[in-house]
Amino acid sequence: MTQMPPLNDLYREIVMDHYRTPRNRGELPTPPARRADGHNPLCGDEISVFVLVEGDLITDVKLTGHGCSISQASSSMMSAAIKGRRVEEARELVARFKDLMTAESSEPSEDALRELGEIAALSGVSKFPVRIKCATLAWNTLTQALDDAETSEPQQG
Amino acid sequence: MSYDVRLLRTDFPLLRRVVNGYPITYLDSGATSLTPRTVLEAMDVYYSRHHANVHRGVYQTAAEATAAYEDARAAVARFIGAAHADEVVFTKNATESFNLLARAWGAANLRPGDVVVVTEMEHHANLVPWFQLRDSHGIELRFLRVGDDYRLDLSNLDELLDGATLLSVTAMSNVLGTINPVVHLAERAHAAGALLAVDGAQSVAHLPTDVQSLGADFLAFSAHKMLGPTGIGVLWAKQEHWDRTPPFLGGGGMIADVTLDGFTPADGPARYEAGTPPIAEAVGLGAAVRYLESITMESVAAHELDLTTYALERLTSSFDGRVRIVGPRETTERGGVISLDVEGVHPHDVSQVLDQYGVCVRPGHHCAKPLMRRFDLAATARVSFGPYSTRPEVDTLVDALGQALEMFS
Repeated sequence: MTQMPPLNDLYREIVMDHYRTPRNRGELPTPPARRADGHNPLCGDEISVFVLVEGDLITDVKLTGHGCSISQASSSMMSAAIKGRRVEEARELVARFKDLMTAESSEPSEDALRELGEIAALSGVSKFPVRIKCATLAWNTLTQALDDAETSEPQQG
Repeated sequence: MSYDVRLLRTDFPLLRRVVNGYPITYLDSGATSLTPRTVLEAMDVYYSRHHANVHRGVYQTAAEATAAYEDARAAVARFIGAAHADEVVFTKNATESFNLLARAWGAANLRPGDVVVVTEMEHHANLVPWFQLRDSHGIELRFLRVGDDYRLDLSNLDELLDGATLLSVTAMSNVLGTINPVVHLAERAHAAGALLAVDGAQSVAHLPTDVQSLGADFLAFSAHKMLGPTGIGVLWAKQEHWDRTPPFLGGGGMIADVTLDGFTPADGPARYEAGTPPIAEAVGLGAAVRYLESITMESVAAHELDLTTYALERLTSSFDGRVRIVGPRETTERGGVISLDVEGVHPHDVSQVLDQYGVCVRPGHHCAKPLMRRFDLAATARVSFGPYSTRPEVDTLVDALGQALEMFS
């Protein structure tokens, strides 16, 4: 029988800070922004991600929704990390984050941690398998919004 | 015989588990109950000594297996006060029981425009099959609403029942703990010319059940919520209703004859039990029924009422109003299911912190999303008791909730 890792691994200070003081809350007018909605049918968490893509740059991000500390902190950290980044970089970050969530045994590499910045504080989630979906909800929803932005007509800046 | 919960707990092997360094505090019996050793042993004896398919072989063990399977049916019939064992049909779970009711009885007996009345506090198992029947057969659905007191609003009951064919209602809410006035609902339904179906998934495990005095026409429940194994449930119906119900799933075991022109269905419960049934599970359910009869459902109900009274008192007095009870505060017509809304802490986080102390509660919408919407909640943390639950476990819960509040304050 494996024992649960201590809760401090999950609820790190920086995670709790993003939960208590979420960044980039609100909505953006659509269009020009793109909106995607995600929900976790198991626990009822819901999130809407608004992204404004100008050229290949994500110039603004806003979030609405409700959920547990992990889903809320993860979405807040994501919004802070991708704002001002190129779409391609944001997609790379999504891939890196998902790697972090599935890396159960191996510790993430130095490079990966540097790239992720404070988001690496969510690495403890991977030790709590039922919570991984909470952490990835915002990131999957972001991917939907970016896909939508890329397949539709280019927006006027 | 007095109810000795400490002695009774020794019958449940899982209660010896240590979780995260703490003795397990299992408070999720509303999701599934723990299994006493007698149930495990009965299934072990079946597999070790009598395992054979039922209703087919003529050899000794096949006859024993058939007898054990039918003994379980008789035990269930006795437990719920059915007029005859053949009124008890084994399904996979309460959800499949409702699907059998809607798709076999409903599809054969309801015409487009016929009315089925359900309630806002139903589990999805007693909602989705009716939505499906509405889509396929054009029936009309009407809904009894839930009042601010967390009880059914019966003010427009007669209006809703006017012209209705069936009222289908839970005996006990799996979210609120509310016990509904089934006897009264049966009288009003019958007066309006409608039948009454009862979701007993929660109630059968916690209250004495007698389908005759309830006035029910149908009763659905699951074994695994009443100390039995997973994989088997029950749909009971009065014989006159079975007489008007065609087969559900087709296949082996449910036929009287098959030719290249077609089939003739079997009579009796076999008609609805296609394929090899859950034999070991039926044996386990029979043992669970006998266990509950030995400790008596009256004692179980009294024990859980005491526990619920204590828990409501402790939960409301311990946290300066930061833990809200989503359900009736009074203990009359209320079962041992307590949904909590913890200020500033999402139910998922509540459950996570409690797990650190070995306390098992359920976060989520509890398969009752319309009810959650009614109270503008996405989720609650649900505490639910079983015959083996204790006051010290309530104390452990209260202490762990205090930790969760502190952590998130």
